[in-house]
Amino acid sequence: MKETKTTASSAVRVRRVRAADIPQVIALDARVTKLAKAGYWNDIFRRYGRQRSEERFFLVAESRVDRSAAALLGFIIGEVRAWEFGSTPCGWVFALSVEPKMRLHGVGSALFEAISDEFRKAGVDKMRTMVARDGHLPMLFFRGEGMIAGPYIQLEKDLD
Amino acid sequence: MRLQISTRLAIFAVLELTAREGLQLSVAEIGRKYGVSSHHLAKVMHVLGRAGLVRSVRGVGGGYQFIGNPRRTTLLDVAQLFEDLSSVEPANGDGPSEEQTLSEVLGEIDDVAHATLGSITIATMRKLVERRRVGEGRRPKPASRRPQSIAEI
Repeated sequence: MKETKTTASSAVRVRRVRAADIPQVIALDARVTKLAKAGYWNDIFRRYGRQRSEERFFLVAESRVDRSAAALLGFIIGEVRAWEFGSTPCGWVFALSVEPKMRLHGVGSALFEAISDEFRKAGVDKMRTMVARDGHLPMLFFRGEGMIAGPYIQLEKDLD
Repeated sequence: MRLQISTRLAIFAVLELTAREGLQLSVAEIGRKYGVSSHHLAKVMHVLGRAGLVRSVRGVGGGYQFIGNPRRTTLLDVAQLFEDLSSVEPANGDGPSEEQTLSEVLGEIDDVAHATLGSITIATMRKLVERRRVGEGRRPKPASRRPQSIAEI
């Protein structure tokens, strides 16, 4: 991946994450989830921001218009996963977050398009994610991007 | 899951009206495409009008116009106008465990149906329709006849 790339949303630039972004990633996630998980994000950066970059993608969005602000608008993380549960290799998105006051401005779509491009370049033709049934906002977003229910059903069990 | 004919018609009508911004279509024009009577469709449009999703425009070239927000209106919003999509009542806690277990399974199905209908907006449906149309244009046409009435769709 080039260091920076222009996306469909002309006001948004998507690029690979850098170490200097991680405090903003931690802060954004804490604002959205109300949970501060610094250790988790530092570990994710080590594994997805620095290793196996040909199949792991930790991308961040920033404003192309106001670069002086250097504010992180959002991030998306995914990787190529292969052969789990009989699935052929596919792109798996496991994190997406957009600055709340920047939602509905194309940031999420720009990140989604950028990681889709990366998955295509990595040679996969299917992209998957998992969303809570009552997670109305992410459900609307991923549906709006053209994602549909796949052939797998998530199952779980209480461990008494 | 089966939706009532009125629900399906309402979704089709809304999709037709949102094909272009500001588009106005008469019930006869929509009805012709889906092989339904104007009378039946008029009742459906009346319900959509009461819900603030469409308005009737009188005069020459009049018809119905979609006035909702296609990016905010979901299939669930439309479907709920015509049918009871409330979840199965949870079984009485005092009843047999078979009854409670079946209730849980049916509840799971309801939850999935709700989540699906509630996550697909009219704008998303339009994208899916266009994508299918483009895909069909690339494939050789199967030798099937056009549906003659809504009951066949």
